[in-house]
Amino acid sequence: MCFSRSRSASVTYQVQECFGYLPPPALKEISQRTNIRLSRVYGVVTFYAQFYTEPRGRHTIRVCRGTACHVKGAGRVLDAACRELGITEGETTPDLMFCLETVACLGTCFLAPVMMIDNQYFGRLTPQRVQSILRDYQTKQ
Amino acid sequence: MADRISLKIDAVEVTVPEGATILEAALSAGIDIPHLCYDPQLGLPPTSSCRLCVVQIEGTPGLVASCSHPATSGIVVHTDTEEIRQTRRMVIELLLSDHPHDCLTCEKSGDCDLQKYAYELAVKEPEHVGEAVRPEPIQDGPAIIYDRSKCILCGRCVEVCHNVEVTGAIDFLGRGFDTHIGLPPGLPRDQSVCTECGNCIDVCPTGALSFAGAEGAGRVWELERTVTICPYCGVGCQIVLQTRNNRLVKITGAPGLGVNHGRLCVKGHFGFDFINHPERLTQPLIRRNGELTPATWEEALDFAAERLAQVKADFGPDAIGGLSSAKCTNEENYVMQRFMRAAVGTNNIDHCARLCHASTVAGLARAFGSGAMTNSIEDFEKADAIFVIGSNTTECHPVIGAAIKRAAVQREVPLIVADPRAIELTEFATVHLCQKHGTDVALINGLIHVILQEGLEDKEFIAARTEDFEQLQAAVAPYTPEFAEKITGVPAEDIIRAARLYAKAPAASIVFAMGITQHTTGTDNVLALANLAMVTGNVGKPGAGVNPLRGQNNVQGACDLGALSNVYPGYQKVDDEQARANFEAAWGVLLPANVGLTVVEMINAAAEGDLKALYIIGENPMLSDPDLSHVEEGLRNLELLIVQDIFLTETAQLADVVLPATGFAEKDGTFTNTERRVQRVRQALPPPGEARLDWEITCDLARRLGYEMSYPDVAAIQDEIAQLTPIYGGITYERLEQGSLQWPCPDSTHPGTPFLHKDQFTRGRGKFHPVQFIPAQELPDDDYPFVLSTGRILQHFHTGTMSRRTKVLDELVPVGAIEIHPDDAQELGVGDGQPVKVISRRGEIEIAARVTDRVVPGTVFLAFHYREAPANRLTIAALDPVAKIPEFKVCAVKIGPAD
Ligand code: SF4
Ligand code: SF4
Ligand code: SF4
Ligand code: FES
Ligand code: FES
Repeated sequence: MCFSRSRSASVTYQVQECFGYLPPPALKEISQRTNIRLSRVYGVVTFYAQFYTEPRGRHTIRVCRGTACHVKGAGRVLDAACRELGITEGETTPDLMFCLETVACLGTCFLAPVMMIDNQYFGRLTPQRVQSILRDYQTKQ
Repeated sequence: MADRISLKIDAVEVTVPEGATILEAALSAGIDIPHLCYDPQLGLPPTSSCRLCVVQIEGTPGLVASCSHPATSGIVVHTDTEEIRQTRRMVIELLLSDHPHDCLTCEKSGDCDLQKYAYELAVKEPEHVGEAVRPEPIQDGPAIIYDRSKCILCGRCVEVCHNVEVTGAIDFLGRGFDTHIGLPPGLPRDQSVCTECGNCIDVCPTGALSFAGAEGAGRVWELERTVTICPYCGVGCQIVLQTRNNRLVKITGAPGLGVNHGRLCVKGHFGFDFINHPERLTQPLIRRNGELTPATWEEALDFAAERLAQVKADFGPDAIGGLSSAKCTNEENYVMQRFMRAAVGTNNIDHCARLCHASTVAGLARAFGSGAMTNSIEDFEKADAIFVIGSNTTECHPVIGAAIKRAAVQREVPLIVADPRAIELTEFATVHLCQKHGTDVALINGLIHVILQEGLEDKEFIAARTEDFEQLQAAVAPYTPEFAEKITGVPAEDIIRAARLYAKAPAASIVFAMGITQHTTGTDNVLALANLAMVTGNVGKPGAGVNPLRGQNNVQGACDLGALSNVYPGYQKVDDEQARANFEAAWGVLLPANVGLTVVEMINAAAEGDLKALYIIGENPMLSDPDLSHVEEGLRNLELLIVQDIFLTETAQLADVVLPATGFAEKDGTFTNTERRVQRVRQALPPPGEARLDWEITCDLARRLGYEMSYPDVAAIQDEIAQLTPIYGGITYERLEQGSLQWPCPDSTHPGTPFLHKDQFTRGRGKFHPVQFIPAQELPDDDYPFVLSTGRILQHFHTGTMSRRTKVLDELVPVGAIEIHPDDAQELGVGDGQPVKVISRRGEIEIAARVTDRVVPGTVFLAFHYREAPANRLTIAALDPVAKIPEFKVCAVKIGPAD
């Protein structure tokens, strides 16, 4: 039996890496298989922003709204993404392809305005580039 | 011994062991530093989240949290400067900023740390008023209410639940303003792992957690507090009865109090409605024209005494039997056995210990010379390995169960659990040995075989302190792990692994209970465990030993005080001339020399017409004894049945006279817990109606039989016990006021004995007894294909007379159920919750099925608490030949569809 918060966080993270999100049955399963108490699994999952209990898109888009990007037109980048995907910030597309988030600063201000799709950075964005990048992703699938 | 260091706190020179924190140092010097998130009584590392305990160390900048900052040599600490007060005031103001200010109507008012500190720090209207979040209080079970708006997120409840109870039901959920304490979402409390122990309520510094049953019943200054002992299991937790206007409002622990250090289980905390229950007996009853009708005490006592005298005159004293009670005090048991032996003149006195631990007493007395738990509860904190066999500790002795879980999780002590069911402890076990029912001797012999084979035995101990080792060697020789596997079903490699874990630990403790004792081979099972402990030198030192856990609050005491058919108080044999002479001199009569009848033998004798009268105190054989139809037949066959109890139990309903007695909260006396600890029981309430003290009733009956027996008070009874019972010789009420004492305590300066057999065994040398595997009396066959095992569950107790009259416990588990493995359930076509009929050769019952893999295929488990589905209608009255204990743990049944 285990009550460790850090072990709970690392196991849960690995599971999310595989499935993209953590539905309640998965949390129960994690608890049963690892002997970490369910309360602790939930404690960790509800505490860290990185964990999701709702289904996620296959790709996570993070549009930067940090100061540098804001000045260089982050608002228009976000609008373009929303328009292209038909969702607003914080939502997931119905086909579970994308979810759209905003973040404070991606740490690459020299490329502003910036967005990230999964682990890849896209800089010096214009609404047109956003549209074509997203279309690329859609056709790749 | 750790080095000691000195420091100065508020101009006081304080010396503490190295490693102590500043807060601990201050508390030890009587200086109270405000603290909220840290509870010194929990014995856990601080979480240091509230910052209320800040202090100033001279020469260092800023303030430090005293609950976690180590006390170092030579530092000068200030705990109460204006700067510190300012900081603390800010902490409290912040907490109050989103806390409702309804102390006027809060249950916790007067007992709330937040309120106390706000007052002490003279916090006025809070400055930072946040947006008011006022979620409704949540009550998701019969006992516990969580009012999030009063929660200051100190985390004490989480700490106690995870690290003291080792249950881990709750945690902080969410983050930021949304943070709260909760169970995993989506599950009701009774389906979570929460045991409703209620300890989170006791440690909560505010009114955030509270007991639903005490709502509106009184605040701290309106309640009277009486410290006494829990009336349920043999752990003997100290509890605080909180009463108002002669009613019990609630029971709590108190910080650090007793063997339980203030922690309780669900029964001890919430199982008390029976005390003020409307069905309590309040006046004597006599059977007239077939009906039990109210009578005066004079009438009832005269009636009982006259008829007892008549039976004695017609058939002799041995036609009368007495059943004493493991629920009653030591004094009451002493008086009862004196009554039977001296006033009636028979040794036909026994009690339910016969049904639970008679084999322990018989086995350990033979091997060691004393039949009690060798070590103390505290020793589980010292053990280097723990072997639990036949004890579902977390349900039946929850406070000890938590100690075992702590050892396994926090100290990573190897835990070996041998049980045919996947009980909770198996989740914590290093090895789970899932032996077939009734194969314990083969399993234990297998362990000893491996130990000898691998040279892991303690040769020095065996040579210096034991005898008959050669016989043991010969006896276990055939039990190779492979042979043991054939009998027990436990894989040979697990047997080897367990043997090594147990034998290699410097101090290894064996814990057992009814899973070992309630077999026709009960005494053999106990002897085998004694062999295992002796062969590894695990007797007579801290952290080790052979530790039977006694089921009832005072079953140890009832045995100690001679409520057994073969011994006087202090286990002095009735057939020992010298012992008899002592008691004859003290009691002023000649005493019978023949050993009396035991519980089951009395019932048999009644059925056969040899026993004519039975006087039963606080026992309910109509649910607790094996083969109930036979019990009923026996009791109905009696000419006279006198029952003295607090309720009209199933047994009392058959009585000719019913005498209303007092419950534990209504009397003074002592109970002796499972670790031989004699503890004070104190009166908190008056008895209901005309109910009287048990020992006074018994004395009155004695007088009517022409035998003078009277005492001014319980202390006087204890004085007489001390004179006649060497192991209780140094115990007086005066000393008990200073603290409890563990017997043997032979004289008034003796400090009591935390562990037995230190330099030598009570009988001199420890004796090995060769024991061989014998199968259970009734094994499954084609007609009755399932093994039925019976036992208890966490939420109820014994025959349910008390626990099932308690709202919280009854709401938690209102109906019984029989545990069936999913494979068997599928084959039988029964689903979870569906009723089934369970049939044995002796009777049948109907009960719902609980489909669970806690049991293995081919076996079923049933608790015996339920009068509507009494397990003991099915069980077999086959007896252990030595201890006469019945085989409650194994019988054969078949299962069919309910009508
Ligand atoms: S009642 Fe006991 S088990 Fe349940 S949450 Fe509170 S401390 Fe934990
Ligand atoms: S419920 Fe009580 S003990 Fe638990 S965190 Fe809140 S205030 Fe502290
Ligand atoms: S563990 Fe036993 S003695 Fe302690 S509170 Fe529970 S029932 Fe009472
Ligand atoms: S502000 Fe956008 S990357 Fe730093
Ligand atoms: S008591 Fe020290 S930080 Fe809370």
